[in-house]
This record gives sequence, C-alpha cells and structure tokens, in this order.
Amino acid sequence: MTPLLQVENIAKMYGARIGCTDVSFDLYPGEVMGIVGESGSGKSTLLNCLAGHLTPDSGAVRFDTRAEGLRDTVTMSEPERRMLGRTDWAFVHQHARDGLRMNVSAGGNVGERLMAVNARHYGEIRGKAIDWLGRVEISEDRIDDRPTAFSGGMQQRLQIARNLVTGPRLVFMDEPTGGLDVSVQARLLDLLRGLVREMGLSAIIVTHDLAVVRLLADRLMVMKDGHVIEAGLTDQVLDDPQHAYTQLLVSSVLQV
Amino acid sequence: MIQIENVSKSFTLHNQGAAVIPVMAGASLSVTAGECVALVGASGSGKSTLMRMIYGNYLTASGRIMVGDTDVVTAAPREIIELRRRTLGYVSQFLRVVPRVSTLDVVAEPLLVTGTDREIATEKAKTLLDRLNIPERLWQLSPTTFSGGEQQRVNIARGFAYPYPALLLDEPTASLDPTNRATVLAMIVEAKARGAAIIGIFHDHAARDEICDRQFDVTAFTPGLAA
Amino acid sequence: MSDYNFAYLDEQTKRMIRRAILKGLAIPGYQVPFASREMPMPYGWGTGGVQVSAAVLTPDDTFKVIDQGADDTTNAVSIRRFFQKTAGVAVTEETGEASVIQTRHRIPEAALREDQILVYQVPIPEPLRFLEPSEVETRKMHSLEEYGLMHVKLYEDISQHGAIATSYAYPVKVEGRYVMDPSPIPKFDNPKLEMAGIQLFGAGREQRIYAVPPWTRVVSLDFEDYPFEATKADHACDLCGAEDSYLDELIVDDAGGRMFMCSDTNYCATRRKAGHVGAQGVPYAEDAA
Repeated sequence: MTPLLQVENIAKMYGARIGCTDVSFDLYPGEVMGIVGESGSGKSTLLNCLAGHLTPDSGAVRFDTRAEGLRDTVTMSEPERRMLGRTDWAFVHQHARDGLRMNVSAGGNVGERLMAVNARHYGEIRGKAIDWLGRVEISEDRIDDRPTAFSGGMQQRLQIARNLVTGPRLVFMDEPTGGLDVSVQARLLDLLRGLVREMGLSAIIVTHDLAVVRLLADRLMVMKDGHVIEAGLTDQVLDDPQHAYTQLLVSSVLQV
Repeated sequence: MIQIENVSKSFTLHNQGAAVIPVMAGASLSVTAGECVALVGASGSGKSTLMRMIYGNYLTASGRIMVGDTDVVTAAPREIIELRRRTLGYVSQFLRVVPRVSTLDVVAEPLLVTGTDREIATEKAKTLLDRLNIPERLWQLSPTTFSGGEQQRVNIARGFAYPYPALLLDEPTASLDPTNRATVLAMIVEAKARGAAIIGIFHDHAARDEICDRQFDVTAFTPGLAA
Repeated sequence: MSDYNFAYLDEQTKRMIRRAILKGLAIPGYQVPFASREMPMPYGWGTGGVQVSAAVLTPDDTFKVIDQGADDTTNAVSIRRFFQKTAGVAVTEETGEASVIQTRHRIPEAALREDQILVYQVPIPEPLRFLEPSEVETRKMHSLEEYGLMHVKLYEDISQHGAIATSYAYPVKVEGRYVMDPSPIPKFDNPKLEMAGIQLFGAGREQRIYAVPPWTRVVSLDFEDYPFEATKADHACDLCGAEDSYLDELIVDDAGGRMFMCSDTNYCATRRKAGHVGAQGVPYAEDAA
C-alpha cells in the first residue's frame, strides 16, 4: 500500500535555533496522526512545513497525488502546491478567523473552495453549502449570516465545512479545539471523528491536549525541542510512555 | 491463533530516579481457535499487563506475540490498527468513548469501521443491546451518563459486535447482576463455538470455571513473585 | 503656447508611462505598476487618467473629456482646459471627432473607431481587493489565475439580493486570462468593452496602468444559472427618446417628479439635432435658444 504522505528528514531552522529536525514518518490513507508537545516544541513549525506554509531547510514531503503518484511537495511548483491546498489538502486553523473570510457569508465561505475549482452554477454551489452546513450542524437559515455573528464553536465548525466541501484526502489541523469550551470541544471532536470515518480522511492534528489525541488519533508523535522523542500507537504512547518527557506529560494530566 | 513466546516487560520510571521495574519475564502461552484461557494470579502479578501487551497497548521488551499472522511486538502502528479492526477484540473494564455519541453508534462502530452497511450494523447493535437488557430509551443517549453496570454492558455489546477471531476479556462479568452475567457467559460460549480464541481475566471464579478450558498462572513469570 | 512642457509632464516621465502602456497592451488586463507623478489636482480627480492622456497625446490630436458621460461637468471641463493650456491640442465634445477621449465612469454610446483611444480614470484597479486586502496575495492570485474569489463576490450578491446586484465596476475576464476591474462604468457598458478602439486605464493613487487592445475578448463573469445582464433603467430618454442608451434619473421637483435622460450628453444632443424628441423634450433649436 502506498502511503498518502511520506515525510523524510524534515528540518527547519530559525537562525541557529532548531524549529524542528530529523522528522520522518509515513501516513497511510484513513490514518489520523496526532502531534503533541508543549509550546515551542516545534509541532506547529512541523505542521506548517508539511502543509507547504513554510519551506523546510531540508527533507522531503511526498504526497500521493491523484495524477502522478508520490510527488515531493517541497520542490513542486508553487501553483501545483496551491492547487493541492484547495483540492486534496485542507487546513483547519486554531483560530477560525484565520481560516474564514469574516466579511463573507457562511454560504460564501463554504462555496469559495468550490468556486476555486471552477464551480459556476450558483444553485449547485448553494445546495452543497447547505448540505455541508447541515453536516457540521449549522442550520440552513444561517447560511447568509456572516461568521462574525457566530459563536466560537460555530465558527470552527464552519471552518471545517469550508475545508471539507471539496472532499480533501488529507487534513492538517492546528489545535482545532483550542480556545473552545469543553462541551463545545466534545461536539467538535464527535463531528471530526464521524467525518474522518465517513470520508476516509487522513489527518494530522497538532494539539497539546492529550484527551483530544486519545479520541481522534490512531498514532501519536511526541515532540520536544524540535525533535520527535517518541512515536507509536496513540494508546500505547499514552499508557506505556517510554521517554522521560512523555511520562511527565502523561502524568501531568488532571484526571476527571 | 494467539502465540506468546518468551515475552518480557519492564517499566522504567524516568521521573522517579529512572527506577526500572521488571514486571514479566519468559512468559509463553498458546491459545488455539475455540479455546478460552483464563489468566490467574494475585493482584499485581501482571495479568492486565500481559493482556495489554497482547493488544499492543503496552510495548513488549522481548519475545514474540503472534496474533494470527501479526507479531504484535514488532508490528507497525498501522498493522496493529488493522489487527484490532478485524482480528483482535478487547473488552476492557472501562468504557472510553467520544462524548455525545449515541449508545447505538458506540456499539455499531466496530462494524462500521470494517465496512458493514450502516443499516445492518445498527440492527446488530440493537439486537446486542436488547439482549444485554439496555432499555431502548437509552439507545440514543451517550453511555457516558450511564451507571457502571450499564456502561459495562455497553462495552461488552461493542466488544461482541464484530466477530473477532481473537478476543481479550478483562473482567467481563464484573458488576453485573445474575441475569446479565448469564447472558454474557452465553455470549462468550457462542464466541468460542464460532472458533474465537479467547484470553480472559475473571475474578468471578464460578464464571471462570464454567467457560474456561484452562488457566494460565502469570505469577510464574513475574520477577520477584515467582521465587 | 504655455511655458509647460507639452502636455504638462516631462518627456522622461511620458516615456516611462508609454512603456507601461505598451506592456499593458502586450498583456491585456494585467496591471502594470508605474511611477505615478504628483499632478496639479487631488487624487480621485483623475490623476491616473490625466497622466495616461498626457503620455499618448500628440499635437495633432483632438481631445474630449467626459465625466459620467457628460462633457460639461466641472471635472470634465477642468481636465479639457488643462490640456488645452498645457498641450494646446484641439478639443471637442463630439465623440466622433475626438482621437483621444478621457472618461470617468462611462463608455460613450457611439461605437469607437480603430483610430480612437479611450482613457479611463480608475480609482481602485484591483478587482480582488474587496475580499483580499493583501496586495502580495492578490498579485499571486493573478499570476496563478486563482480567481474563485471573484465569484464569491457575485455569490454574495445573489444570496443577499436574489440577483447579481453589482451594477458598476463589474468584473471581467480579458482574453481568457486576467480578471480586470473595468473601472466604475455601469455594467450596461460592459459589452462595449469589446471594441475597435484602444482602451487604456490609469490609476494615479494606486500607480497602476492596464489596457485592453482593439477587438480583445472581454467576458463579464457570471454563473451558469445567473447569467450576466447589461441592465439600464427601463425607460426611454425623456429628452431625445433613445431606448438604447444608459440613462440618468433626475428628480425635478419636490413632488417626486422625475425624468430620465441620456447620461451621454453628446449622444443625446446629436440625436436631438437630428430631430428626435423624447416625452418631456423640446425640439433642439428651441432649447438652444
């Protein structure tokens, strides 16, 4: 089986300081991988390198493109990479306002990715937008409201709808539940899990919340100071952590 | 179906002066299809540890754990995920689910992830919940709000939804009333009959004696206890 | 002749602007940056158009200026006099007699010829600006032909108004490549963008020049189920009776009385001279008297 994403020796330096280094892994179709670590551990740097928002100093990020199989997205041309960004890839930002157009209606936000791949039938675009708002539990009568009129949880769900409407195969998520109330988080997690399963999505989720990865991720990578210090099956890493830092991380979580 | 050869395991507690605690050494066990083996031994002797090693939840330091064609000790994460999806079931004592997902969906999930049609999966889930006496009015609710006994039964229903060729049972009859206990034992017997290889931990000795073909004393492989 | 260099700008500046114009003509619809000069008028009054006119005018040209179709508004009169004074060129109000026409917000009703140049005053040249504030990003979107955003604007229109309500500065795609803001002309004028004349667009404050060469394909963006429509007031001109021209609505008293008249004053006058009379109009000769 061909991996959907093949990451090889990714390194990114900020001057003399390490952003992330020596990162390699394969992600297979349908797999969800979590990346945990504290602030400054390099997990967001890594995510941005993988998603093409940052150019790594070395290494390869090969993606199994529909047309030509595995292609290194680091060296492919910018138009190709941006095309991936609005078709097969999706990026869910921690802050919904970074991933939404706040001055465009909910329907326009969802429809943009469709129009970006040349959908030119208003009725069909609107129909798809309604369908997707329903899937993320936003009622149809909010379709013409702007995200500024939505709660934080709704904005995040709208961002997810906007990202998934073109049926991507790989979703990058940066702290998707960060900054939300616990009850809202639960709803979002449930939604994400359902979508991941129904659409057969692969996802890479960066978070510092171990509960989130336990519920969403099949596999887990633990980062510290720019290095991956431990990786494996999510429940194995959390229940039988090998590295001192991971043990500390796991034991620091408050039990509820 | 399950072949454990000479496995060992120790925990290194880095945050407590890097203390190394050996918990298992030299354990070997083989379970064939249709057989049910009970793990026995005093509390702390490593029954649950061995169970978790088989499931891939704990890393194994050395040895081999073959489940079907997969060596859990060396398998890549995605191979273990696939193993858990289609081959190896696990009924733990604790229900861990995403909040807000209905009981029906929790039970149907193992079928859905293996590609069973939603309608058929839901039907099967209903049959199981009904058999385990979970009132129908609770089916649409999340099991996180249920009592301990109800959660345990939801857990069992989920564990038996997909016909795994190998099953791990951790105290499946704990906190069950006699009627439900009898139902669960009947389900285990049915699983054996269809050829499942089962390893279980039962503090309920009567139940253990009723359904297990033999016992495996893990104390013999626990460093510090065996002597 | 005045003490100014011909057409106010120095020769080097005009050359620089001509290079931008040539590049614009070579890449239809592409916004060419240029070093916009301070002009003796405020930004927003047509500094871009004036610089383009200055760069293309020759002593033999006949110059016409319209503002919203009219030759006799303050802005039009000022610019016309400016070039009369600094370039000494002939001026006219007759569309057909002019070789260079500077316009704000209209295309003349009479079809232009291949020997005519239409110079537009442009306030905001970037059609994507409405939704994407970053210039770096919009330039990238142009270079990669990522124009989905343009339809988001039209989508918003339909979702809010039930139809594409954008009635001026309606975005177009030029020669199948660049999306372009045709300046705030009414969308009624959009079909006329495919013409025999040369069209030059100058944005002074934004320092951009772009162009549409003669007979270039210019398509107004739309949806399959909401096709583009060139709309105008459903009326005939009350002065000349024209049914095919873009109309201004004029409130004539405190009782809600109104009349519609051609926004293109020269077109209206020409028709009236030829004897056409609208519902509230009087024959041309009497009016002049």
